[in-house]
Amino acid sequence: MGSLQNTLRELRRYPSAIAGIFVILALVVFSAYTVITIPYEEAITLWRGGADIWYKLPRNVPPTWVNTFRAKKLPESIILDSAQGQAEKTKEAMSGGQNMVNLTYTFDFNADDFPRALVIYFRPTFDEKSPFVSITWSTPDGREIRIGDFAVEEGSVFRFEQDERLQRRLKREVGDYPAQVALFMQPESDPPTPLKGTYSLNISAVTFEEEADVDAEFIAYGKVYGIAGTDHARRDLKIALMWGAPVALAFGLLAALGTTITTMIIAAFGVWFSGWVDDLIQRVTEVNLMLPLLPILIMVGTFYSRSIWIMLGVTIALGIFGGSIKTYRAIFLQTRESPYIEAAQAYGAGDVRIVMRYLVPRIIPVIIPQLVTLIPTYVFLEASLAVLGLGDPILPTWGKVIQDSLANGALFKGLYYWVLEPAGLLMFTGLGFAMVGFALDRVFNPRLRGL
Amino acid sequence: MAESSLTFDSVPAEKPAKGSSTLARVGKYTLVRGVALFITVVIGVYLTVLIANMGGYVDDIRRGEIQEQVSIRIMNDPALKNLPVEERRKRIAEEVALEEKRLGLDQPFLIRSFRFLRNALTLHLGRAQLMTSDSGSRQVRLIILERLPTTLLLFGTSNLLLFFISLSIALGLSRKYGSLMDRVFVALSPSSAAPGWFYGIFLILVFAALLHWLPFGGMVDAPPPKDPLRYALSVAKHMVLPVGALLLSSIFVSVYSWRTFFLIYSSEDYVEMARAKGLPDRMVERRYILRPTLPTIITSFALTLISLWTGAPIFETIFNWPGLGRTLFQAIGLFDTAVIVGSTVIFAYLLAATVFLLDIIYALVDPRVRIGGSGGSS
Repeated sequence: MGSLQNTLRELRRYPSAIAGIFVILALVVFSAYTVITIPYEEAITLWRGGADIWYKLPRNVPPTWVNTFRAKKLPESIILDSAQGQAEKTKEAMSGGQNMVNLTYTFDFNADDFPRALVIYFRPTFDEKSPFVSITWSTPDGREIRIGDFAVEEGSVFRFEQDERLQRRLKREVGDYPAQVALFMQPESDPPTPLKGTYSLNISAVTFEEEADVDAEFIAYGKVYGIAGTDHARRDLKIALMWGAPVALAFGLLAALGTTITTMIIAAFGVWFSGWVDDLIQRVTEVNLMLPLLPILIMVGTFYSRSIWIMLGVTIALGIFGGSIKTYRAIFLQTRESPYIEAAQAYGAGDVRIVMRYLVPRIIPVIIPQLVTLIPTYVFLEASLAVLGLGDPILPTWGKVIQDSLANGALFKGLYYWVLEPAGLLMFTGLGFAMVGFALDRVFNPRLRGL
Repeated sequence: MAESSLTFDSVPAEKPAKGSSTLARVGKYTLVRGVALFITVVIGVYLTVLIANMGGYVDDIRRGEIQEQVSIRIMNDPALKNLPVEERRKRIAEEVALEEKRLGLDQPFLIRSFRFLRNALTLHLGRAQLMTSDSGSRQVRLIILERLPTTLLLFGTSNLLLFFISLSIALGLSRKYGSLMDRVFVALSPSSAAPGWFYGIFLILVFAALLHWLPFGGMVDAPPPKDPLRYALSVAKHMVLPVGALLLSSIFVSVYSWRTFFLIYSSEDYVEMARAKGLPDRMVERRYILRPTLPTIITSFALTLISLWTGAPIFETIFNWPGLGRTLFQAIGLFDTAVIVGSTVIFAYLLAATVFLLDIIYALVDPRVRIGGSGGSS
C-alpha cells in the first residue's frame, strides 16, 4: 500500500494526470448514474423503439442549449394533450344523444423561428359513428383562421402542412407558405417573421353517441430538443450518449485487463520454462502480429455475431500474444536471474508458485501505465467497429451514434451536433485515460522521469 | 504505448561471426526473414480460412448459389418442361450433388481447408457474389488489386511524411529540451489515443463542411480532369485532409516517444565526449545519436505502419477513398464473403510485405547483422 501512496503523491506533480483522474472519476459516476436511472432493459426498448415511442419528438434537431449561442432563438416543441388535462375541455349534451366536445389549446410562442411541423393526433372513443371535428386557429393579434372540418377515426392524424385544402386557404388568406409558417407569421412580413404571443387552437367535435368522446394531442414540433437533440428516427440522443459511457468503460477496461494480464502471465511462463515453451510463445507472437486484427474482427462480426461480448472475446484472444510479450520477456529474463528467485527454488517452491508469486508481481509497475493507455485504444476500437456497421445490434453506443450520423449525411446536412456529441465524449474518455497513462509511465519508468 | 516500450527493447548481444562478406550476410538474413515471414503468412491465412469457414458458413453460401443456379437452369430448360414435379426435383437434387462434388464440397473440411489455403496463397480468391471491379470483372483478385495502388498512394505518402516530419521535430525538440514547444508536444501526446478516422471527421467538418476549402472525400474531382497535371493536382487536393488526419493522429505520440528516446541516448558517455571534442551539433546528432538508434527507430516505424494498415477500412470509408479498406467495408455491407476473405488475405500479405521491406532496411543499417551475428534468431 505504501507504494500506491507514493505513486499517487508522484502523480500529483503532473497536472495532466490530475485532470485525467477527474475525467475518469466523472465517467465512472456518470456511468453509474446512467445504469441506475435508465436500466438496461429500458434503454434497449427505448433505443429500439419506433414511432410509437418517439412520435412526440421532432426529427434531426439540435439540443436546446444551442439557443444560448444564438441570437435568433429556435422554438422548442409544444406538446399539449387533452387527455392529460393540458387543454381546456368542455362537454355538453345535445339533443338525440349527440354531444358537443370543445377542446381549447392555449400556448405562448416566443421563438424567433417557426416550428418544424404542426400535427394533431386524435383519440376518439366511439362505437359506430365517428365524431366530426372542426378546427380553428387564433393568433395573438386576434385573427381567426379555419383549419379544417372532417370526421376522425381511431388513430386519425392531421398534419397541417400536408392538408391541401388548408394549404389553399392559407395561400389565399396569408400567403404561399407552409402551414407552420403561415399560421405563426406576422401578416405581410417578408421574409416571414414569427409573431410572438399567445395562440390558441380550438377543436370542437360533435359526437353521435351517448358514450362517445374525443381527445386530441396537439404537437408543434420545435427545432431544438432536450439536452442532446434527436436523430433521424426521432430518438432522443441522450439515451445513446448516456449508455455509451458504461459500455465504453466496460469494453475498454475488460479488453485492456484481459489482454495485459494474459500476456503478462504467458510471458512469465515462457521465460520460466524457457526452451521449447519460450520458442513456441515467441513464434505464436510473431504470427499473431501479422494477423490483421480489424479485418478478422470484421469477419467475425459479419459471419457469426455482432454482440459486443463476442467482439470483446475475440479482441482479447487476438491480443493475448501481442507485441508487448517481447517487452515483458526482456524484463522477466533479467528478473529470473535474481537471487530471491533462487532462494524460492531452494525452499522448494513449485513452478507455478514462482511464476505467479515471484515473477509476475515484479512487472506490475510496467504493466499499469500500459494498461491505462490501452483502455482508450479499445474504447476507440469498439467505436471503429460500430462505425463500420458492426456495432452491437441492440446496445446503444457512441460509435453507433457516429455511424448513424455519417450514414445519414449529418456532415453534409449541417447536423454537426449529431457527430460532435458522441465524438466529443469519445475524445473526453480517450484523453482522460491517455493523460493518466502517460503520467503513470513517467512515474513508473525511472528512465523517463524528469524527461 | 506498446510501441514506445518496444523501442527500449534490449537486444541480446550476439557473437560476431568471422569471414563472409557483408552482402552475403545481409542476403542470408533477408532470406531467413523472408522464409519466416512466409510461414507466418501461411499460418495467418490458414487461420483466416478457418475463421471464415467455421460452421461451414462459406460452404453454405456456395451451396445456396449452386442450388439456385441448378434450379433456374432446370426450370428454364424447355426439354425438361414436361417432366412431373417429382422427377424434376429429383433431377435438381442429382445435379446439385454432382456440382458439389465437382467443386469438392463433399470432401471433409480438413482437405478442403488446405485447398482453400492454396487458393488463397496463390491469390485465387474466387468470384465475388455481388461486387464487380471497375472493369466489370467478378474476379475478387481483380477487384482487390485494382484498389491496391490508391491505398498505397494514400498510406505511403502519409507514412513517409509522418516518419520524416516526426523524426526531424523529435531531433529539434531533444535539442531544446524543456522549451515551450517541447512542453506543448509532451502535453499533446495523449491526443494520439484517438485513431485517424476520428480526426478525419473533425477535419471534414471544419475544412469541408464549414469552410468549403477542401472536398469532403473521394480521390479526384468528378469528372476527372483529362490533363495529367491537373489530374495530379486534383488528387493532391483530395489527399490533404486524409493525410492531415493520419498525421494529426500519430505525430504527437511519435514525436514524444522519439524525443524521449533521443534524450536518453544523448546522455550516453560517447555523445558527451563528442560534444566535449567540440563537434558541431549537426554532426553529433547524425553520427552519435541518430546512427546508433536507427534500428530501433525502424522497428517502431514498422509497428506504426502495421497499426495504420489495420485502420484502413474505416479511414477510407470516412474519406470515401476508393482503396482496399473501403472495398472491404462495401463487402461487409453487401455480405460478399469472397471479397471479405480475399481482403483479409491481402491485408495479411501487405503486413508481411511491410515487415519484410523494413527487415531488409533493418539489415542494412544494423551493424549486428551487417558485420556479424546471425539474423535468424527471430
